[in-house]
Amino acid sequence: MTTTDLLSVFPLLILILWACLVLLLDVFLKRERLTTILTAIGLVVTLGFSISQNNLNLTGFNNMVVVDNFAVYLNIIFLGSGLLAISLAHDYLKRMGINRGEFYVLLMFSISGMMLMAIAADLIVFFLALELLSIPLYVLAAFARPRVESEEAGMKYFLLGAFSGGFVVYGIALVFGATATTNLSGIAARIAEHQADIPLLTIGAALILVGFSFKVAVVPFQMWTPDVYHGAPSAVTAFMAIGAKAAGFAALMRIFVAALPTLSEQITPIIWVLAALTMIVGNIVAVAQSNIKRMLAYSSIAHAGYILMALVSYGQSSVASVSVSAALFYLLSYAVTNFGAWAVVIAVEKAEGKGLALDDYAGIGRKYPALAAAMAIFMLSFTGVPPTLGFVGKFYLFRAVIDGGYIGLAVIGVLTSLISAFYYLRVVVIMYMRDGEPEVRSEPWLNLTTAFTAIATIVLSIFSAPILQWASQAILSTF
Amino acid sequence: MIPTTYYIVLSALLFTIGALGVLIRRNAIIIFMAIELMLNAANLAFVAFTRMYGIIDGQVFVFFVMTVAAAEVAVGLALIVAIFRTKHNIDIDQLNNLKG
Repeated sequence: MTTTDLLSVFPLLILILWACLVLLLDVFLKRERLTTILTAIGLVVTLGFSISQNNLNLTGFNNMVVVDNFAVYLNIIFLGSGLLAISLAHDYLKRMGINRGEFYVLLMFSISGMMLMAIAADLIVFFLALELLSIPLYVLAAFARPRVESEEAGMKYFLLGAFSGGFVVYGIALVFGATATTNLSGIAARIAEHQADIPLLTIGAALILVGFSFKVAVVPFQMWTPDVYHGAPSAVTAFMAIGAKAAGFAALMRIFVAALPTLSEQITPIIWVLAALTMIVGNIVAVAQSNIKRMLAYSSIAHAGYILMALVSYGQSSVASVSVSAALFYLLSYAVTNFGAWAVVIAVEKAEGKGLALDDYAGIGRKYPALAAAMAIFMLSFTGVPPTLGFVGKFYLFRAVIDGGYIGLAVIGVLTSLISAFYYLRVVVIMYMRDGEPEVRSEPWLNLTTAFTAIATIVLSIFSAPILQWASQAILSTF
Repeated sequence: MIPTTYYIVLSALLFTIGALGVLIRRNAIIIFMAIELMLNAANLAFVAFTRMYGIIDGQVFVFFVMTVAAAEVAVGLALIVAIFRTKHNIDIDQLNNLKG
């Protein structure tokens, strides 16, 4: 192992070692508060190391990992999500009577899997990262044990996750069979030299696409999403909705753009159909939901469809970098908005799964104007109304899709956004127009998260140009 | 020497049986076994392709896949036990508390 190898995985190593240490400390000291603080410190330190890797462009372990700005950008999203998840969780876990220190350790292990996914450049590393991020998430989904809903969520997530893992690994085996290598640049080189078995490669690529489609909840592989998001503890759901999705898209973007652009003729129609189906089904089914967690689950499916649109034009080298950077920006905007919305959900939620119906939001506008205003901002951002991050994200995304020449898909995207306005704005209407006696949990860190994400949703949309530029630079060094 | 194609056809068959097993069977443990079958189908393909190309990479990957499968077993069986304690049943059709 050379110094470069060590440098390329340094933040990851720090986080994993720190997680092991915190696990031991948690067992011997039995002080949850300390565990929370130590986890936050570990994530902040790792974030610092990750940011310091900006513009370094390292490759390590015989091209098994690549640390470029694409990876740094995603690692910042993952670690930031982890920090926000802690601030949402520490009061929530106490309130729900599930305040166990393992939560934070599992969170760190899962984040390390996501970070590995962002730097992976070899199919086998993608598989390892996928499992490293998923296995802790299965446990986290069932964390409110022995509540039967949570156990059921964990079980469903586990079975479907392992099932999708089987598709990914079989796909990898076929790609390996077609090209005699699992390295992304190696695969691209073999295809360029016409030494690849194209039919086998196509089947393998399609299986990998199916496997990751399960992970990012793309229709028709989304059936686990509403149940898992509903049953898992809300703080876990908030984290899962961002982390697992961003990691899955990171893998899809890296694999398809870096290794398989020549397959776009076969793969693009599949992605087109998947994206269109996901946007349509996600948004239409969300309209029928009366539970806020299920509504947000369908909304997350719909957003997966929007992000998948960016991949449709991945084969056209002139447009690919624009659309990937648009997808990266959209992931950031979705992360900020989503954490805000879940913070409000957690504030309203009561024990035993109460306080999750849309009707429980009646009267919040009068009694808690600040909270209602924040929720209204998040809902407008989900819909894509200016001046919010969601609008800017959708704008860049639709522009990239139209540049790629897929006007039909962009039209479907805009029309489904109109449908989504119905159910997002329904929450706002219920909050302001209906009378009720809501009771809301007020806790410093929860309020801080809500305020921070609400302000970020507005402010970052005004200063979106530098972020997008950073995202595009992240791509330039990669593809 | 048996041609590589035979191995690949066998592994494709195993993978299909595994995938169908996940979709058709209702017992969580059987579903779990079907998933293991899918992973082992991939292992067979890895080994067969490795022999065909005369390189060592694929054989190494098999160890990775086996390790990951073992880690999944640990978590999966723990979840199954937890569910069995609450519901005294591991039929996945009985897992219907979450609906909508």
